[in-house]
Amino acid sequence: MLEISSNIENILYLISASMFILGIKRLASPATARNGNRLSSIAMLIAIIVTALKYTDTNIQWIIIGLIIGSFIGVILSKYVQMTAMPQLVAVFNAFGGAASGIVAMYEVIFRNSADHSAFVLASVAFATIVGSVTFTGSFIAFGKLQEILTTKPILLPLRNYLNVLLILAVLALGILLSIPELSDVNYLYLLVGISLILGILIVIPIGGADMPVVVALLNSYSGIAGAGAGFVLGNPVLIISGSLVGASGLILTRIMTKAMNRSLLNVMLGGFGSEEGSSSSGEEETRPVTSLTAEDAAMILGYAESVIFVPGYGLAVAQAQHQINELSTLLKDKGVSVKFAIHPVAGRMPGHMNVLLAEANVPYDELKDLEEINNEFDRTDVAVVVGANDVTNPNARTDKSSPIYGMPILNVDKAKSVIVLKRSMASGFSGVQNELFFLDKTNMLFGDAKDSIEGMVKEVRELD
Amino acid sequence: MELISLIIIFVLALFIGYEIITKVPPTLHTPLMSGSNAISGVVIVGAIIIASNTHNTIATIFSVVGVILATINVVGGFLVTDRMLAMFKKSKK
Repeated sequence: MLEISSNIENILYLISASMFILGIKRLASPATARNGNRLSSIAMLIAIIVTALKYTDTNIQWIIIGLIIGSFIGVILSKYVQMTAMPQLVAVFNAFGGAASGIVAMYEVIFRNSADHSAFVLASVAFATIVGSVTFTGSFIAFGKLQEILTTKPILLPLRNYLNVLLILAVLALGILLSIPELSDVNYLYLLVGISLILGILIVIPIGGADMPVVVALLNSYSGIAGAGAGFVLGNPVLIISGSLVGASGLILTRIMTKAMNRSLLNVMLGGFGSEEGSSSSGEEETRPVTSLTAEDAAMILGYAESVIFVPGYGLAVAQAQHQINELSTLLKDKGVSVKFAIHPVAGRMPGHMNVLLAEANVPYDELKDLEEINNEFDRTDVAVVVGANDVTNPNARTDKSSPIYGMPILNVDKAKSVIVLKRSMASGFSGVQNELFFLDKTNMLFGDAKDSIEGMVKEVRELD
Repeated sequence: MELISLIIIFVLALFIGYEIITKVPPTLHTPLMSGSNAISGVVIVGAIIIASNTHNTIATIFSVVGVILATINVVGGFLVTDRMLAMFKKSKK
């Protein structure tokens, strides 16, 4: 233990909080982002060292053991995770962060005499415990759905919304009881943890796999908010600042995702999406004709185009065709074709996921364009190539008021001079709606596995000239 | 610290968070999530504080579990973010 006055401690915490802010600020561009992340990690190191020097005493060995075990697991997880599994990893991190915040908050009531605590500290304990516990179990359910250990279909319990309301009321009542110093009792806390853990499960199970990006973003926000709550319990400003940064970040991403899916957060949270819709549309058989072509024809069209936009969806990652598409794009660029990638916010399994998958395959980041950047360019583009994306290219979302996806922001693929769609079959997307894009005169379908199709195109483009 | 100062810090930090995070481009939203996740692992500070002051075995185990979970978050979060950001390269022209 070192004599560090609380003023010096707080100034050092302020320095590390400022470095966190600067670190996130550098994420404004891929050119400075890596440096920003390092800045944040140095800030973390400062905060940890200050705390360890000031507070630890005879029990430092346990803390060091904890740090070593945690670091070991952290290194393993971060080194071996596949980029396609990033949403699962973030879900697991959310769970751990939420749990750690809950533990820190609960400690005050379980192991210290709660009679000494003010109503505000007790209320903070209740708050951090609730949010931390919900984040913990909710994130593990999200992990299970993303990893497909659990069914990705919504699990709909009877009367689930009533049950949830009942549990939320119970949680609020217990939280209030716990917060009143005269009534406060540790047993309320145990009950509160139990019910909050159940609530976390019940909130996430009715939500379908396709909506998991929203859930992961929301739980990300919760883990931050739980951390801020723990900061209030300990009166520690660096916890409060970082917790609110993460809370804000998660909420902003949640809003971006719900907007891109044309849904409200409430609609996502009530769940069940994709269960009823799927069955109602399966009755109609699609009989309209589509034009299909071969990889050779497609290669010909691409090789003689001036500008090409690739529109990747998660199907591209499922087919593991990221490297092939980069190879194709590099070949086209060598031929003098202008190539860009148009990425819809929900193209991956979490915000920005598709960008990471393409960056991993060496696609330069300045060729990755988001919806707003690229949408005006389609009408000036010779060929748009859709790979593994469906609903986000359906022009009906702009025009057909009766369509369930009406109003959803889409990529204006139909405005390109010609369109090639790589697809396994004519099956509909998550929304269960048939995509009008496929039936346009300018659209050619290239059926088959995306990886094989692109490999075929690469081969044919090589043989052009 | 006084209660009111903590609340002021909280509210101002939310505003700063909103301002800087809306400037992060969609391309970097996944690293933003994993990186901010690592930052929220700063609750490790709290876990170290409680683990420094335990009076019995159960309390020690409880708080060290907190240290382990927060450390996974911090170390894993920063490393995986670095791994991702290292993949983002500009086109060579």
